[in-house]
Amino acid sequence: MIEFKITPGGNRPIYQQVVDQVRAAIVSGELSIGDPLPSVRGLAQQLVVNHNTVAKAFAELVRDGTLESRQGRGVFVAKRRNVFSASERKRRMSQALDVFLAEMHALDCSADQIQEAVASRLDQLTGK
Amino acid sequence: MIRQTTAIKTVGLTKYFGRNSAVRNLTMEIPAGQVTALVGHNGAGKTTFIRMLLGLAEPTRGRCAILGEDSQTLSPQTRSRIGYLAEGHFLWNWMRAKDVARFQRETFPKWDQKLFDSMLSFFGVSPDAKIGQISRGQRAGVSLGMTMATDPEILILDDPSMGLDPVARRALVEGLLAFARREGRTVLISTHLLDDVERLADRIALLSNGNLLVDAPLVDFQQRVQGWKIDSTIVAPPAIPGLIDSRTFDGQTNLVVADPDEETIASIERIGHNARSEQLTLEDAVLAYLRPASMVGSISASLEAAQ
Repeated sequence: MIEFKITPGGNRPIYQQVVDQVRAAIVSGELSIGDPLPSVRGLAQQLVVNHNTVAKAFAELVRDGTLESRQGRGVFVAKRRNVFSASERKRRMSQALDVFLAEMHALDCSADQIQEAVASRLDQLTGK
Repeated sequence: MIRQTTAIKTVGLTKYFGRNSAVRNLTMEIPAGQVTALVGHNGAGKTTFIRMLLGLAEPTRGRCAILGEDSQTLSPQTRSRIGYLAEGHFLWNWMRAKDVARFQRETFPKWDQKLFDSMLSFFGVSPDAKIGQISRGQRAGVSLGMTMATDPEILILDDPSMGLDPVARRALVEGLLAFARREGRTVLISTHLLDDVERLADRIALLSNGNLLVDAPLVDFQQRVQGWKIDSTIVAPPAIPGLIDSRTFDGQTNLVVADPDEETIASIERIGHNARSEQLTLEDAVLAYLRPASMVGSISASLEAAQ
């Protein structure tokens, strides 16, 4: 089970923080296909946030295919499948890249430094 | 999951005190089953607005209805479905905590003693404690408990966290969330604590000088308000559609825009100087709306200049 941690007052809305943490846990292998997520009610209580906020995060993850909801049993990590068309996938990728690159630019990173950091992080995440 | 019915509705609601308007032409709908946070400066009209909703103050113009009934002519039945926590947690100091329960039980048919008892123990108040001798946070707990235990459909709280320490504040937020989780319960809370707003609220309403500036789902508000940083001092920015705030600091300009469209972005990018967008914190977004134009730049720069 993943340990969620949210911080109010940051520049990411709380529901987005929950979405980010689920995605990160799947990438890092902390959550595997078929693993259950906590209930909306339980997680909302644990994080001391509005239950609609958690429900919204889970709904977004179900919509994009990261999680699947099983009738009456809760939400589980879904098998990876492409729910987006090729062009929509490209659009989302480019959107995510823009945000990332803007951050890197603000930190004054060179292209080499960025590429190196991405490669080493990928190695780390895939356990190389 | 969310029942989209209206709990509170106001049309052109206006209140004058003498020649000063406290609430101006306010039209809004507060949906049932959600938590709405009312945010604004001291004196922005929040308390006056709440008092009109409850029929405790008479509008100069306009109307408001709560649970489908006009606020000015609320029946006792409808009134008993509304829980209200006035500013300052008014309680009778000579009572013991358990007397508060006895007092409320007589008035409210749906009184839930178990819920009241569990609120007392959650806030660490003994049933025999004298109200005049408990801490401010415990007072808030007793007052929240005595309102929640009447099993209201709608809970209206006027700055309930004022003067509370972090522990009591958190307990209050937990109590309110537990209430909001129950099916179809509506909460309207006025507060200055934006971290609590982030934890609690489905919607945010911003009030400034009696005007309703924003009334939106919290997530939409956070996404619709966008910050831009520019590496140059721009004292008078050009016409930018949706610009709500512009401040210069030490060779930099921070712009805040609402609902940016292509035209907004194009006109900022025309300024150049490495103009780049950034996601704002809730606090920055709220301040962009509420901070008066006089508070430009940093206070330290103004103080240095004054020396």
